[in-house]
Amino acid sequence: MEINTKKTGNILVVSLKGRMDAVSSPGFDGNLLEWTTAGENNFIIDLSALEYISSAGLRSLLSAAKQIKARDGKLMLSGLSGAVQEVFKLSGFYSIFQIFASETEALQSV
Amino acid sequence: MVPLAEIRVPARIENLHALIETITGCARQQGFDQKRIGEIDLSAEEALVNVISYAYGGGEGEVSVVCGLDDGGDLNVEISDSGAPFDILARDEPDTTSALDERQIGGLGIYLMKKLMDDVQYRRIEDRNVLTFRVLKKKD
Repeated sequence: MEINTKKTGNILVVSLKGRMDAVSSPGFDGNLLEWTTAGENNFIIDLSALEYISSAGLRSLLSAAKQIKARDGKLMLSGLSGAVQEVFKLSGFYSIFQIFASETEALQSV
Repeated sequence: MVPLAEIRVPARIENLHALIETITGCARQQGFDQKRIGEIDLSAEEALVNVISYAYGGGEGEVSVVCGLDDGGDLNVEISDSGAPFDILARDEPDTTSALDERQIGGLGIYLMKKLMDDVQYRRIEDRNVLTFRVLKKKD
């Protein structure tokens, strides 16, 4: 999985690309710790280039949401499609995240 | 079962992709569409990660994958290990409704596999745990 970030105002936009599975998810967890340690509090995680997510990836996103909430931060997800969207629906993840059609819409909401 | 491919390797996370690719390779060869192959990919990962994480309780052991076609021409994937008896299908349904603070993720992977595959079975055969999932062939 490729992880790219850019800062827009006080929001860190994180783009995930490829495959978020049991092999790649621990890397994301490590990155999140670095970002929050560096003081980042508000995140958009854009999944428009993510082709695949398994329960290991869901576990990482759930853990991120809990950590960010505990810091009074904000986490938005954007750009879900195809297999990622299907897995989110089956897992009941739509009810626990703020989800936007695109990164632009997520940015406009703040 | 007419075997199409098999692989037997140490049950370690670094072997996960090779194991999954053996299974998705069979699916591709059978002409499943991209969406179905994605679902097979996910189901394979969930079953295999379970073996890698829990079958040997931190010790070493092997995991075997055999895929093939049954008499009806449907794809069968068999994942087995020689760890302690453990029926992963017997665990409780996962939590898919509670709010963020209470949400737990345990059991979600196996739940996804059961939802996506046409038939999932667990058997204890001699000293092995054998998990089989079946994917019905494409209807013409």
